[in-house]
Amino acid sequence: MVLDAFRKQKNAAAQSEPENRDIPDDIWSKCGRCGEILLNKDLIKNYKVCQCGFHFRLTAPERIQMTLDSGSFREIDAGLLPVNPFALSDYAGKLVEARNKSGLNEAVVYGEGAIDKIPVVVVVMDTNFMMASMGTVAGEKITRAIELAAADRKPLIIFAASGGARMQEGILSLMQLAKTVEALARLSEAGQLYITVITDPTTGGVSASFAALGDIILAEPDAMIGFTGPRVIEQTIRQKLPEGFQRAEFFQQHGFIDKIVPRPQMKETLAKLLTLHLQGEK
Amino acid sequence: MAVILEFEKPIQELENKINELRKFSREKGIDLSTEIAILEKRAGEVRKSIYGNLNSWQHVLIARHPERPNTYDYINFIFDDFIELHGDRYFGDDPAVAGGIGWFNGRAVTVVGQLKGKDTNENLARNFGMAHPEGYRKAVRLMKQAEKFKRPVICFIDTPGAYPGIGAEERGQFEAIARSMLVMSTLQVPIVTVVIGEGFSGGALGIGVGDRILMQEHAIYSVITPEGYASILWKDSARAREAAEAIRIIARDILELGVADKIIPEPPGGAHKEPEAAAAMLGEALAETMDELMKLKLEDLMQQRYEKFRSIGNLK
Repeated sequence: MVLDAFRKQKNAAAQSEPENRDIPDDIWSKCGRCGEILLNKDLIKNYKVCQCGFHFRLTAPERIQMTLDSGSFREIDAGLLPVNPFALSDYAGKLVEARNKSGLNEAVVYGEGAIDKIPVVVVVMDTNFMMASMGTVAGEKITRAIELAAADRKPLIIFAASGGARMQEGILSLMQLAKTVEALARLSEAGQLYITVITDPTTGGVSASFAALGDIILAEPDAMIGFTGPRVIEQTIRQKLPEGFQRAEFFQQHGFIDKIVPRPQMKETLAKLLTLHLQGEK
Repeated sequence: MAVILEFEKPIQELENKINELRKFSREKGIDLSTEIAILEKRAGEVRKSIYGNLNSWQHVLIARHPERPNTYDYINFIFDDFIELHGDRYFGDDPAVAGGIGWFNGRAVTVVGQLKGKDTNENLARNFGMAHPEGYRKAVRLMKQAEKFKRPVICFIDTPGAYPGIGAEERGQFEAIARSMLVMSTLQVPIVTVVIGEGFSGGALGIGVGDRILMQEHAIYSVITPEGYASILWKDSARAREAAEAIRIIARDILELGVADKIIPEPPGGAHKEPEAAAAMLGEALAETMDELMKLKLEDLMQQRYEKFRSIGNLK
């Protein structure tokens, strides 16, 4: 099932806004866990992690800036625009809104870059664009990234975040799950490394396709992951879910996550893993 | 007691009238054959006009009809010496997914299918056809077994989605579905998937990656149920009918969108009216598709499978 997270989008936006409307939110942010009001310029220096450990969600440009060598990123297919296959007017409106909110053409940004001078293909999903749901164009961009990694024999790193498949594209978005998975099968056959980094939230069809299939699966602390969103589960079983259910720590305990990596250590952890997979001796 | 759908009532009324006349004619010894013939002609026309112009929601109702043949029915009608095999070898046996081996058209095949119940009790036992991770892992086990013994695989899709529950999440529903798709995308034997009822979400696609996707005439396939779509996007699940039209879920649409390869006709009114005839039609389409696939060289089969999904949403 898809996209409980769609509904949470509003809450997430509220999270990062201070309660007091007199404080402009481009200067301050309020921690979603401890409630601390933080100066944005301090927050960004600390990888947008609060002292209490809460990881704010990142935009795609922020993620790229924090992870890749400075100036190394070259975006590919930035101009690809989403399609509206069934010409739904409410979807058309949402796409415009999403573009304005995120400054992106789609929820998926991909390209080539380097981490500690090791060339990589990287995919970043941005929840500011319709909760990073995967429609045909998002699926196409992810597939192209996977194919590029296979063709250029480069490691692939995907920072997953998504409410799931984009419902407004019906069967076509569902099929993107299969499309990305098939491309990954070929990447794996080509012997290339694929690292998944699960970020908050990774649910629905995205969790159940490429995000689940990394050779190595890392996650940010407290990131929500799961196939069915918590609200739908609660409605189905008619009981409250336990604290911490479907969080990264929960899934590490249950054997589905290799390692939880706090954001300030993400780049060095990726660099170590990439180096361990370089051909030849150190 | 047969379940009559609202839009079928005009047909049902005519049929009842015809039966009454027949009974009356027999009991009283009066010849009413002219009147009966007129009514039968009328019933035929009404049937044609109703079933020829079904809207998406009416397809949904037929696809979910409680008497619609399920995976077991088709297995019984179509395959010989079928032996069901149970369990995922890790945790348990999912009653929402059936699998096994049998003869089809002179060939040993592996069959995997999502399984709804026929009544409330059976549906409760089978979670209404909603699989747990064990279901997908059983499917993977049986498909790898098929590959080892070079048997083609046939998958029947019939589910509103994967099971949304604590245990299912804990045991990695997302991983189970992704893994199953991965295994299917590289499986070195032909795979035919058939949507026999409803196919929704990754829960359906979890056993849906194949060389050909067939859909029965009244089957439906999409990313989410119309109810789910309406409740998430419009906060109003009562608008499900509208959602069913908006996101195009019926077999004809899925064929037009380039996802389904073939539509399998059903008896008038739907498979539940004549299950055996429906099974014969399904068997015929399956045989034809399977023959096509068996002729392909393995590398062509694999390349075509890749391209089938690769081309969906290809922008160039």
